[in-house]
Amino acid sequence: MAIAARFEVEFTRFLDAEGGATQELPAFALDPANLIPLYRAMQLTRAFDTKAIALQRTGKIGTFASALGQEAIGVGVAGAMRKEDVLVPSYRDHAAQFMRGVTMAESLLYWGGDERGSDFAVPREDFPICVPIGTQVCHAAGVAYAFRLRGEARVAACFLGDGATSKGDFYEAMNFAAVWRAPLLIVINNNQWAISVPREHQTVTPTLAQKAIAAGIEGVQVDGNDVIAVHDAARKAVEKARAGGGPTLIEAISYRLGDHTTADDATRYRDADTVQQQWANEPIRRLRNYLARIGAWDPGKEERLLKECADQVNAAVEAYLAIPPPTTVAMFDHLYATLPAALQDQREAAQWFASHDGGGSHG
Amino acid sequence: MAELNLVEAINRALDWELAHDPSVVVLGEDVGINGGVFRATVGLQDRFGPERVIDTPLAETAIVGTAIGMAAQGLKPVAEIQFSGFIYPAMDHIWNHAGRLRNRTRGRLSCPLVVRSPCGAGIHAPEHHSESPEALFAHLPGVRVVIPSSPSRAYGLLLAAIRDPDPVIFLEPTRLYRLFKQEVTDDGEALPLDVCFTLRAGTDVTLVSWGAMLNETQAAAEALAQEGVMAEVIDVATLKPLDMTTILESVSRTGRCVIVHEATRTGGFGAEIAANLAEHGLYSLLAPVQRVTAWDVVVPLSRLEHQYMPSVERIVAAVRKTLEGA
Repeated sequence: MAIAARFEVEFTRFLDAEGGATQELPAFALDPANLIPLYRAMQLTRAFDTKAIALQRTGKIGTFASALGQEAIGVGVAGAMRKEDVLVPSYRDHAAQFMRGVTMAESLLYWGGDERGSDFAVPREDFPICVPIGTQVCHAAGVAYAFRLRGEARVAACFLGDGATSKGDFYEAMNFAAVWRAPLLIVINNNQWAISVPREHQTVTPTLAQKAIAAGIEGVQVDGNDVIAVHDAARKAVEKARAGGGPTLIEAISYRLGDHTTADDATRYRDADTVQQQWANEPIRRLRNYLARIGAWDPGKEERLLKECADQVNAAVEAYLAIPPPTTVAMFDHLYATLPAALQDQREAAQWFASHDGGGSHG
Repeated sequence: MAELNLVEAINRALDWELAHDPSVVVLGEDVGINGGVFRATVGLQDRFGPERVIDTPLAETAIVGTAIGMAAQGLKPVAEIQFSGFIYPAMDHIWNHAGRLRNRTRGRLSCPLVVRSPCGAGIHAPEHHSESPEALFAHLPGVRVVIPSSPSRAYGLLLAAIRDPDPVIFLEPTRLYRLFKQEVTDDGEALPLDVCFTLRAGTDVTLVSWGAMLNETQAAAEALAQEGVMAEVIDVATLKPLDMTTILESVSRTGRCVIVHEATRTGGFGAEIAANLAEHGLYSLLAPVQRVTAWDVVVPLSRLEHQYMPSVERIVAAVRKTLEGA
């Protein structure tokens, strides 16, 4: 018997749960000036999450998916992207979206039930968040193909959860991108839960990163609660993709500390003690401890930052609440580039009923 | 001018648009070196290269899914699904993404995508190669559904579909691919979408159909003419959005309507046209609207496929029914 092929999956962590360096840090991490913005972005995401859940509980927005405990993944990856790159996010990726320039008011507008929340003022080519599981990986592979075809030094990045790795879309898109050598970064937020189904029920493979092996691309595993590890892996993958080296799969191991969404009650299917234990690994405390150890952070700075984040979130909430509701006919406005004649009657009828019953009844 | 069959007309339209619009790409299974299993894309990879005429891995979901990503980036992908019986894995992307991207981003991103797929029975094809799924797609907001019925309309409508800024499902009846030739001017002139074409003028009954069934429908009109019954024949061509104006105008003159389609009956697109006639044309009608469709059964294998599809005789019989008591 001969061995036809042999594979290994690397795991990388730079900071342990207490914020102690486990190995020599990558160059960018040696300067705290590079780490503090990542820390700030994680804190801002957490402040936003807390507020968004409160807004849902008080009926100010609809169902919301929190990123609690997984902030390092979006922040670490988006921080490695350039403005001209394209993000193809899922529904738990506002940490990355905010880094890209999506505003918190836009995000609230989306979760508040208004399509205008996906009409981002800044990352004009970024995709809106994707709800059908795993489908976004296909779109990201297509975006990356367009970059390659036009000879542009741009990269597409997408996120998916551990549950989404069971979908055909993920495998198909990874394979297409591999065959096309497309500049794509596929990031798995392995938060251990697909609503109520734990990671071990999704797949028996010891890692999710090894799914890349089937597609013949590089797959790496990082501690997703160590923003330095995430950022380092993303930087390498983005650089490689930009240089024509093709796609990379990153599995970032984390833990979903909150419910799946505000419509979920995780106490139905998981033990509160386990969740409590996982708080010891969360990414914000870890980086804060590290920064404090090297003398780059102190309680005063922390207090100022939290205040700043709270102010920013509150301002976003005010901006969101001040946006008037869409007009009834808005649902016709962007259905097609030009509304077909066949739909004019329906548009007029919708408008007529809206103006005669205030748009509030459902007769 | 050249005499072209329908599949050659498709090829010419793709060739024209690839040559004149650098954002157009063709992708699908076997579309490159093999030129497509029906040869619709023959010669295109040689002329435009493997980067623009892409032999993809074998996965319908990702063919359409990646095409959506390309379209959002400003490319104009023309994706081929080898047979419409295999299009269902891509339905998720067509329904959830292609038809919605413009709306959900308020026009910031759009999806100028064409999904071409052969459809229909009658060529003794294997199982799952004979479906007529147009009604499934016509139900979807934000997409167009176009079915050509002749080489010249295939040429002009495909050009229009590629140039359209929104997603188009372009279903090509395999039975027509090589059934007949027609003079087609390869001049890049598109035909209009969203309108019916009146193929034959008549005064006694309006026959409404699309795709390959226009073959039988026109033969029925010819047979009826021998008996002195003058049938008007309308090619719907774009099913979604539907041009009811042309159909209603015709029925207002003829007072009778027979809708003919190869797809199964229940929830078929004929029901949509009949419902519109009931809503907007009831007082023009001199007789109940008739539908001539495939039976509500699974498309049979080749031995029975011609008993499954509507025949000239069934169309003529339906017309006679509308004339009873006249």
